[in-house]
Amino acid sequence: MSESNHSSQAQDMQVNDFVMTICTVNGSGSATANTTLFRALFSMGIPTSGKNIFPSNIKGMATWFVIRANAQGFTGRKLGDDIIVAVNPKSLAKDISYLHEGGVVFYADHLALPEDAPENLIYYPMPIKELMKGLDVPRNLRDYTENMLYVGIVSDVLGITKDALMAALNKHFAGKPAIAEANFKNVELAYDWAAANLEKKDVYPVEEMPPLNDYIMTDGNIAAGLGSLFGGMQFCSWYPITPSTSMVEAMIEWAPRLRKDPETGKMTCAIVQVEDELAAAGAAVGAGWAGLRSVASTSGPGISLMAETVGLAYFAETPIVLWDVQRVGPSTGLPTRTSQGDLAQIYHLSHGDTQYIIYMPGSVTECFDFGWRALDIADKYQTPVFVLSDLDLGMNYWMTKKFEYPNRPMDRGKLVWEEELEKFPEWGRYMDIDNDGIPYRTVPGNLSPRAAYFTRGTGHNEYGNYEEDPANWSKLITRIGKKFKNGIKDLPEPVIYRAKQDAAIGIIGWGSTEIALLETQHLLAEKGIHADFMRIRSLPSDTVTREFIASHQRNYVLELNRDGQLCNILKLEIEEYSQKLISISEIGGLPMSAEWATESIIAKEQEKYGK
Amino acid sequence: MESKAVPTVELNPIGLSLADYAGRPSTLCPGCGHNMVSNAIQAAVYEMGILPEKIIKMSGIGCSSKSPNYFLQRSFGFNSLHGRMPNLATGASFADTSVKVLGISGDGDSASIGLGHFKHVIRRNVPMVYIIENNGVYGLTKGQFSATTDLGLELKHQGVNVLPPLDLCMEAILSGASFVARAFAGDSKQMKEIFKAAFAHDGLAIVDVISPCVTFNNKDESLQSYTFGRQNVSPLQDIKFYLEHQREQILDFADGETREVDMPDGSVIVLKKTASDYDPTDRMAAFQMLAESYTERHFITGLIYIKRGTTTVHEHYDLVDEPLNRLSVERLRPSKAALDEINTRFG
Repeated sequence: MSESNHSSQAQDMQVNDFVMTICTVNGSGSATANTTLFRALFSMGIPTSGKNIFPSNIKGMATWFVIRANAQGFTGRKLGDDIIVAVNPKSLAKDISYLHEGGVVFYADHLALPEDAPENLIYYPMPIKELMKGLDVPRNLRDYTENMLYVGIVSDVLGITKDALMAALNKHFAGKPAIAEANFKNVELAYDWAAANLEKKDVYPVEEMPPLNDYIMTDGNIAAGLGSLFGGMQFCSWYPITPSTSMVEAMIEWAPRLRKDPETGKMTCAIVQVEDELAAAGAAVGAGWAGLRSVASTSGPGISLMAETVGLAYFAETPIVLWDVQRVGPSTGLPTRTSQGDLAQIYHLSHGDTQYIIYMPGSVTECFDFGWRALDIADKYQTPVFVLSDLDLGMNYWMTKKFEYPNRPMDRGKLVWEEELEKFPEWGRYMDIDNDGIPYRTVPGNLSPRAAYFTRGTGHNEYGNYEEDPANWSKLITRIGKKFKNGIKDLPEPVIYRAKQDAAIGIIGWGSTEIALLETQHLLAEKGIHADFMRIRSLPSDTVTREFIASHQRNYVLELNRDGQLCNILKLEIEEYSQKLISISEIGGLPMSAEWATESIIAKEQEKYGK
Repeated sequence: MESKAVPTVELNPIGLSLADYAGRPSTLCPGCGHNMVSNAIQAAVYEMGILPEKIIKMSGIGCSSKSPNYFLQRSFGFNSLHGRMPNLATGASFADTSVKVLGISGDGDSASIGLGHFKHVIRRNVPMVYIIENNGVYGLTKGQFSATTDLGLELKHQGVNVLPPLDLCMEAILSGASFVARAFAGDSKQMKEIFKAAFAHDGLAIVDVISPCVTFNNKDESLQSYTFGRQNVSPLQDIKFYLEHQREQILDFADGETREVDMPDGSVIVLKKTASDYDPTDRMAAFQMLAESYTERHFITGLIYIKRGTTTVHEHYDLVDEPLNRLSVERLRPSKAALDEINTRFG
């Protein structure tokens, strides 16, 4: 190697900037090892994310855990790997093929490297089996412990400190210091072996950064569950489905700690597993109708089953919050992969004239935030409210802003009890007394003889009585539609990230792709293309969205679905600027990468505008 | 001075008249069995002295499910979706457990499109009275076979039914129901007593009411016709229900051999032996009796199965004693300190 080459390599040191994929077998107990690695990076102040790319399978198939560290905070998916930790012999050759030149292979040395393993990579053998000989580990913990050994070796070579590893283990085993300590010993054994036997040859050092005090590390489903509990959710009905199950499991875990009534020590919410999604939607609607703050959580296939019941709730004006943690459809699709493919179905779910308020969280902390806000909005507008998360946001680990405590009291909307009801000279369940489209609502248990009404999915007048008169129907369905126009002002506005210079083009996205699109904006700017970026956080669309679109010559709407579902909705809602909207969408089941988004925008710019 | 006859209105223990339990005028066909069911519900609840505001009426879709509009106008009602009533009832039941849930369904609703929910709501043991107005035919769509239509029945536009019927009482017992009864809309007296017993039950109570459809399925030989019912009805027992304060009247009735079932609210069901000596606490005997009643074409009615002391769905959740839907918002939101702790733990 020549002198100049050497120095250029030194300049190319990529401090706190890499993608590392741990290539393992599902069901082999690598979750603790993987979370320890990325938590250790996080505790060193390095922006980090952890994505589990897993098969729809329980044991024995290849699975990948991708850690991206990036000092600038771009922790979205990036194409290709800088580092792999190879412990799955079956996928080894393919795993190596994803590495960039100069990439790093940590491999268990009992695995045979492929004969054609490229020479331009750096290989670190890991004597996992040898190190295990020195440990007294019960059979059922052997796989697990082997995984903790690669944590030690990788950490030493990259420069992750022992303090950071200990901190990570203490977080992971919160309240169980003996277990954390025992794990640390195994990690340390491998760490010390690596320090004594491996010489760092790669360009990926890790260095401590200022602590990330304003951030936490968790996933969107936990955040959504907690947000619901802080939103006063009283009833949740559900049926297991990937990738939404862990949202309900988080509620089951946290409810006893958060929702025990301080006065009586008894619970103030119930989380009920039922026989299918039809029942989950039905029970949630029954509870919402009866005055409980009610949540159902599911994914695309569950939404399909819930459609009929949600349409009833729309028409009967029943508040409920429905979470859709999106996976890839149609049909069973890719159950363990992410997408933004349910928007079109949900916006007008069920037959007849319907429309829903949709919240679109773009970060884990927003999953918490929208968790409680959606319950207020459902109560206020007496309607089903959807929150569209996705597998990437819901099940992967994200560095996210700390959860913020609700900044306003809970809003139960126009729910009236005996005393208040008496004040109305005349009352009917569907009477638009305030002329805002939102009637006053009574619920069972109200003992006023005026309170009861007969709820139905059939045509009804202001009192809930059966009515087929055309003028009545038209008035009713128009009033319900009016609620949504009025509701826009209460929904979260888009977030806009302005370019450093005047920008002729706009980038529009929604949901979990924010992180990739922020990086896209950055990459484009490096190439001299300045773009403003707007992330839409709710539908129906608002005037901020309209003005953003109007103020750019063209707007690229980037999404993880085939047909550009948000773009199509915007074209309809903001018809006068529809020519300014250009869809860029793709679906393969993985999170959006900034490289793809950047290249796609540049290609469109060149093809259409010769830029 | 001549005394003028003042019409006396009889009041129940809580001071309400039968009229306080009335509904809107029925739009079902004259003679429809469902109207008899509505009247019996009204009478049962009136006699038990349950405040109408303390009942919610849940139903699915169909002629049966329209009927809650025709009784208990002072009760909340929800005419929901075909076959999905049990789902809505499950959720609504959590809001205020002092409110009694009354589910009204039909054979299309519970035996066909909603059979899964029917069985699961029983398995969950949602405390409610679940009445099936079973006429063996789809009425609102004008005369198609349902899953309880008898094998071989011929209908005008349908031809001959080639599939055997489901017995919802059998399905209910199989699914773990703790109260299963069958009534006949042509016998209002017995039906009312069964309804009262069902309301006093502390778990889910299934009452399968054979309720003839006079328009589409009332041929004499049909299992669900008035004629078949009147000619073949064979009550398992003579049933009478006594509220706690009526217990001293039991002796007037109990002149023969009787069984008494004590209910949780102090009331009692008295079952007077008829020709058969049927034991409604014997689950296997219930299956056998139902199987035989179909092959022998006995139209059995009465209390088929009862088991006391089951655990209801609500008991699994350790909820606050007061109505959940009346909890103040302050009691529903955890403290800021709790959130700070979470942030620290996740940090």
